[in-house]
Amino acid sequence: MEPATRNVDYLINVPRLDHNHQLSLREFPYIIRWRDDRCKRCGSCTAVCPVKAIEPTVKIQRIVQSEGALPTPVVVRKIVPIVEQVTDMDRYCTGCGACTLVCPNEAIEPEYNPQNKFLHYKNKGGEGYKRGGRRNDPSISTLDRLKFTRISMLTDPALDAGRHEFHVRTLLGRILPPEDLPLKKSNGKLMVDKMSDTFIPPVREIFPIMIGSMSVGALSPPMWEGLAMGVSYLNEVEGLPVVMCTGEGGVPPRLLKSKYLKYFIIQIASGYFGWDEIIHALPYMREDPAAIEIKYGQGAKPGDGGLLMAQKVLKLIASIRGVPQFIDLASPPTHQTKYSIEEAVAKMIQSMSMAWGFRVPVYPKISGTKTARAVLNNLARNPYASALSIDGEDGGTGAAYNVSMDKMGHPIASNIRECYLDLVKQGKQNELPLIAAGGIAKKGNLAANTAALIMLGASAVSIGKYIMQAAANCFGDEYNRCNLCNTGRCPRGITTQDPKLYRRLDSDKVAERVVEVFKSANVELKKIFAPMGRSTELPIGMSDGLSIDDKAMAERLEISYAC
Amino acid sequence: MCRLVAITSNEYFSPVENILALETMKEGHDGSGLGLTLRDLGGEFEELKGYPILSGICSKKGVQMLNEFMHKAGFTLKDIWTPKIKHLKGIMRRDYYFARIYDYPESYRNKSMHEKEDLLMNIRLSLRKIGESDGSMFVFSFYPDVITLKEVGDPLQVYEFFGLDKNTIKAKIIFAQGRQNTNYVIYLYACHPFFIQGYCSMTNGENTAFVPIREFLMSRGFPGYLGYNSDSEVFTHTLHYTVRQLGLPLTYYKDVITPLKASELEMREDKEALKLLKHSLRPLCIDGPNVVIGFTPEGTCFMVHDSKKLRPGVVGGVRGKYALLSEECGLDRAIPERNKSEDIFPMKYDMVMVTPQAEEVRVWNQLQGT
Ligand code: SF4
Ligand code: SF4
Repeated sequence: MEPATRNVDYLINVPRLDHNHQLSLREFPYIIRWRDDRCKRCGSCTAVCPVKAIEPTVKIQRIVQSEGALPTPVVVRKIVPIVEQVTDMDRYCTGCGACTLVCPNEAIEPEYNPQNKFLHYKNKGGEGYKRGGRRNDPSISTLDRLKFTRISMLTDPALDAGRHEFHVRTLLGRILPPEDLPLKKSNGKLMVDKMSDTFIPPVREIFPIMIGSMSVGALSPPMWEGLAMGVSYLNEVEGLPVVMCTGEGGVPPRLLKSKYLKYFIIQIASGYFGWDEIIHALPYMREDPAAIEIKYGQGAKPGDGGLLMAQKVLKLIASIRGVPQFIDLASPPTHQTKYSIEEAVAKMIQSMSMAWGFRVPVYPKISGTKTARAVLNNLARNPYASALSIDGEDGGTGAAYNVSMDKMGHPIASNIRECYLDLVKQGKQNELPLIAAGGIAKKGNLAANTAALIMLGASAVSIGKYIMQAAANCFGDEYNRCNLCNTGRCPRGITTQDPKLYRRLDSDKVAERVVEVFKSANVELKKIFAPMGRSTELPIGMSDGLSIDDKAMAERLEISYAC
Repeated sequence: MCRLVAITSNEYFSPVENILALETMKEGHDGSGLGLTLRDLGGEFEELKGYPILSGICSKKGVQMLNEFMHKAGFTLKDIWTPKIKHLKGIMRRDYYFARIYDYPESYRNKSMHEKEDLLMNIRLSLRKIGESDGSMFVFSFYPDVITLKEVGDPLQVYEFFGLDKNTIKAKIIFAQGRQNTNYVIYLYACHPFFIQGYCSMTNGENTAFVPIREFLMSRGFPGYLGYNSDSEVFTHTLHYTVRQLGLPLTYYKDVITPLKASELEMREDKEALKLLKHSLRPLCIDGPNVVIGFTPEGTCFMVHDSKKLRPGVVGGVRGKYALLSEECGLDRAIPERNKSEDIFPMKYDMVMVTPQAEEVRVWNQLQGT
């Protein structure tokens, strides 16, 4: 085929000979396989493509044809409409597959191109590549290499996941050491000493998998609603106390005043978006929130602030966040008030606790880092710090520089382990719960990854990207598929504020999937804990149950090596 | 599964009663060791009640080190009891088995029992440390009126080996464990019963939550919480921690190792305190399968189970003599004259306690808290 119109290199009409300054399709991460013989030229694919990576065009086709009774071949040239992939880096095919989904004839499909040189070119205008998603590393993570090897056999009867009662719950909140409990004895019975001025910190009993912080604004209305409905249903109907973090960006006003607020952890981050509204709603709240999360860092983009692009700041978002419409909403990389952990962080924790009369656990979230232990040790000494959430390098985000996502951060497994062992050294392993996040269920093994992290020392885990994938069919993966979350053009309607896009997403279906995901994780967790003989409490720090097939990793995690 | 026989009485009796009961329960067991703890000692020990007894095993080199160490620590040797060893095939004889009775150093004589207990434990730990690397010394207990004997082998044979059949050693409370080795190496420090500062317990079954419990105990900053060559040692230390260190009444031991579910807690009068305890002592919760038999410093013997009651256990006897065992056939042997219909098979919520001098048996129900 040849182009119907000749490309021109210069304004004067000189035919271009070698296309030397153009990229070839081989440099692109996904190459579109379009089948002429199947395509009926409906135009659905080109209409749906979020980046306009394909376009309808016409080409001249040389056809040898023969009409009449005797073979009289003649060569004819015809102009045919086709679908063509463009070689413009700004419109690279993301491999999302939306075109495949809408095609009635299975005529089009993106194919991953392992030879691509995408990152060599994705810096036009001197701007680094920005995207959503998580670290583009499809290799097997440490979490997926951990195995559960101490199975109760013969010497100790294994428990029955179907028959025995299991208590798959964890505690969120600071727990007093037994020595400090304000108890007194009367007639051989213990009573709480009401005269004591010991502060008993608030503690919530929750399901050990929580939905991590994703804001209203980063998520579309049906996505956020779907998650919230699913979480409320799990609590109210299924009796599974799953909690969800709002992310930074406020809380819908109706939810703030509803009885469901208790299932939500409200996040405060460096932009303080939505907090004016939250504070003003305080007198009208019927329930306390599950907890307050102070975000200091995020695993996907350590050291980077948040960003909600102007195109996502529509009326509803603007009102929830208390800002004008259509402006970029940047949260600074650090809290402007933060100059030392001893003072500023402690004050922030205290102020937040005070706002709810010390009835709500308040904890910081940081990105996975070698310095996590320093933070931890400081929090361990702060009686108001309720937990520490550590978000590992495989965590997801709505928008960040690719370099931050791919190269910055610390894997969660060893970070959690060293923090837990540090607490053990101080005897505080039960006082300050650790929440692990970042890359959990990257390969879909939600229960297994959760159980492994718990046995390494986490009290709970937090999921984000996984629930978008499992509940709303997010296309994103570790081959940089889709990852358009930052652009407002999410083809699934998950991370967009464009009604044309988000009306594709049915919040009821999302909620249904959330319920299914957590119910099955609950069953699978029991399937792991039962043969290991643990049912009444979570096996937090039960590291003798774990092995890994790599000696160095085993040594680092202080678990056994098995091959 | 290990075999457990505890007998408590208001009269002195010989450990042979425990051993014969163990023997009755032998079927199917290999018998990889015997551990005996005797307290409220009679006979020649009756006169020496106030003096701490160091029980252990030494090599020739170990004795010398022991003498030197105790001398330096200011203890004076008052008496020595050694078993009359009978050579038996299958039991490897070590150089020197002993129970040595000491007098406290001058400076400690008028100190409180609490302080004395700390001293005794620290001495035991130092000796353990000295002898552990080369196996030149094993020390099991150092406490007034308590003797511990342990050796690897078939319990009946070990008993003969120690010459206990000919000896007049007697006590009012005797705990015996016939060890059935499972997944840990056979090692003297892994033999029950375990003892710390007047608290003693023996267990059968596995403790699946061993590692987090061990880590929690070891991080309490209490020097005695170490060892853990057996996953059952944590039961003794949890008992000590609950009652001595935290000062909780004994029944709370049950609430610590097998806490009630949230819905069950509501029925208890002390629910508010229990909720706090449940959170704060979460790492000490076990899943079993276990039966735990123990005694406290004032002489109460008790039996508790894991929260699903995955192991058997029975308590029975007559006023003045009760036995707590892992199997009923052993009880028939130990106290045949009892009224069998009054035997107690504790269920998952029960804690059976026999008061000192085997006066009476009480079943405390965790659900009701009475
Ligand atoms: S895979 Fe997605 S980005 Fe690529 S052409 Fe199809 S719709 Fe467009
Ligand atoms: S489907 Fe939406 S949420 Fe998922 S990667 Fe694409 S743009 Fe992001």
